[in-house]
Amino acid sequence: MRNSSKSGADLVQLMGAVANLPTGNALPILAEIQEALGRLIESGTTAVIDLGSIPFTGGDEKILQEILGDGEVNAVLNAMGESFVQETAIPGVWRVDHYDLQGKTQARFIEVTFIPDILRTQPEDALRGHEMLAERLNERTGANEKGG
Amino acid sequence: MPSSPLLPKLMKAHGVSRRSFLKYCASLTSLMALPPAMAPRVAYALETAPRPSVIWLSFQECTGCTEAITRSSAPSLEELIFDAISLDYHHTLQAASGAAAEHAREAAMKEHWGKYLVIVDGSIPLDEPGYSAIAGISNLDMLKETAEGAAAIVSVGTCAAYGGLPQANPNPTGAGAVSDIIKDKPIINVPGCPPIPMVMTAVLAHYLTFGIPDLDELGRPKAFFAESIHDRCYRRPFYDKGLFAEGFDDEGARAGWCLYKLGCKGPTTKSVCATVKWNDGTSFPIEAGHGCLGCTEPDFWDNGGFYKPLSAPAGNYRRVGQAAVIAGVAAGAGGAYLARKGKADALANHETVDAFTLEKEEKES
Amino acid sequence: MNNPNFDLLMFARGPLFDFALLVFVAGVLIRVVEILVLGRKKDFSKAKGKPVQQGIKTIFTRTLPRPGAIKANPITIVGGYVFHIGFFIAFLLFVPHIALIEELTGLSWPGVGRVIIESSTVLAVIAGLALLYTRWRDPVRRKLTTWVDYLVLVLSLLPLITGYVAVNKLFGDPTFMMALHILSVDILMIVFPFTKLMHAFTFAMARYYNGSIQGRKGAES
Repeated sequence: MRNSSKSGADLVQLMGAVANLPTGNALPILAEIQEALGRLIESGTTAVIDLGSIPFTGGDEKILQEILGDGEVNAVLNAMGESFVQETAIPGVWRVDHYDLQGKTQARFIEVTFIPDILRTQPEDALRGHEMLAERLNERTGANEKGG
Repeated sequence: MPSSPLLPKLMKAHGVSRRSFLKYCASLTSLMALPPAMAPRVAYALETAPRPSVIWLSFQECTGCTEAITRSSAPSLEELIFDAISLDYHHTLQAASGAAAEHAREAAMKEHWGKYLVIVDGSIPLDEPGYSAIAGISNLDMLKETAEGAAAIVSVGTCAAYGGLPQANPNPTGAGAVSDIIKDKPIINVPGCPPIPMVMTAVLAHYLTFGIPDLDELGRPKAFFAESIHDRCYRRPFYDKGLFAEGFDDEGARAGWCLYKLGCKGPTTKSVCATVKWNDGTSFPIEAGHGCLGCTEPDFWDNGGFYKPLSAPAGNYRRVGQAAVIAGVAAGAGGAYLARKGKADALANHETVDAFTLEKEEKES
Repeated sequence: MNNPNFDLLMFARGPLFDFALLVFVAGVLIRVVEILVLGRKKDFSKAKGKPVQQGIKTIFTRTLPRPGAIKANPITIVGGYVFHIGFFIAFLLFVPHIALIEELTGLSWPGVGRVIIESSTVLAVIAGLALLYTRWRDPVRRKLTTWVDYLVLVLSLLPLITGYVAVNKLFGDPTFMMALHILSVDILMIVFPFTKLMHAFTFAMARYYNGSIQGRKGAES
């Protein structure tokens, strides 16, 4: 190393800083969101933007967060690892971040919608819920009958 | 193994909710580099796709590709994908060996004839079949025999896809790629040394859900090999600004400047290394401070030196240049000498003519 | 399996570049050495001025157009400047080119960013096309122009155009366009010593001769 005064920790920090330099992709994404929001209002068309499909560093995330901000809804799913579904301060624009069971990022999306689909209860799950509730009720009434 | 829809059962068996399944499909769609709007189609395909039998053949290789895929990052995703296929033969991973292993391969081929998927890593020696053989069967014979009943072949790694390292000059074994030998089956090339694990699993997922993906002229799925690393590189802004590292440890290299002058092959290499990255999305070679070697391209080993800038001449130009200087000076001096001599001779041979002689000549003619 | 685009690039960077370099270096040296060794007839008269000083001065003063020339031929003069300056900025200040020169000679200098390189390239190409057009439009100059002159002008523009297309990925496979770019340079290097492109070296000698002849006679440029 030419500059021996720089410690290893500094170097790691520096490399981290370099990797997090904004790529300049935040603003085009925000413009896309703006357009999608217009379409949502006009025709109800929803849109999903995959942040994993373009170079999007921590620096870009920061810009995105600064402009979109935090909104009113903040939901955590527990479905094969956590997922964070947050409405931003711009109503109609949602952040959906999926993590796996080890806590590693699986996918990052911006959804422009009135409510992200993943928050809704799925018909299949409702069906299973229906069965489960019946089972539990059966168990309880059965036990009551036995007891009574 | 009966060919039946795989995931709904699996989900139920694991007590996984539909919501988890949707999350899985969204992540898978992102992983396959498909537009997010495709997620419902991925979900539908996964719900209805049968579970294929997979035969994995390893030829002249270093097992790096297998190492990579078995260590692919997000286990919940890849586990499901591996649950979704039936890996019936892989001589490195399976417990059985020798004749028993070969029986497993033959049994899988017989049962799923025309429907199984063949994955190949490693190149095939063509000079002398004996250079590489498994259970006494040469690589060439095993590939031909197994490919015959395959629905498709996935060449994993640059060796299987393009010949790779074994084919590097002077190619002592006469190594060839799968596509040099098999001409009548669809072949998906997933090059890389090794390929990005997530790319391998995403290609498999694509095959399971939508069949053969769109391929470029080198047989690579366009979703992962359409753009150069250079175009997606986080150091690209420095290239555009004209800021280049001169050494691997100078201030420029540390500040993230472009590695072009240090031999980076990013501009001529197509792969998603810069976006999908390696080791759970931690980093990729250029981020670690080393230029791209171009490992997803044919003949990357022989493309003019890893540390030579792409714009620099690749050949024997130094000796040629010296020869040119000597020859040029000598020829120039020789030419001038001849010209001078010609002038001097002309001067010496010059005859003076006066009006009388001219008149006389005129009259004679 | 081979990548034909990469193979072409390796041919252009490899054997063809070596051949082009041989022809270029040897060819230029043959012509320059020949001119220098031939020399001129000794002038036995007493110098009335300062021939050497005037010769060197003329090399530089002739870089500027003589009074009235811009008015007479604006496109030729301005286009000529823009083409030459643009060409040399793109050639000498683009870092991949500096990397090539460093590899060949060991000499290196800092480059400039893409904005400057690309605007210079575009301006140089426009200027080159304007020069081509005026040359073709003017009946006198058209008469004076041989096919080699057109060839030389087109061959000088090709590296600029192919380079711009390759770097910006305007069309075609980028590796193929890069191969075409280097091929065009190889060809330019090969024809260089045998055409008027030699003026890049001989202009200084010619100006020095003219300047020193006049200087000896006492004239000042």
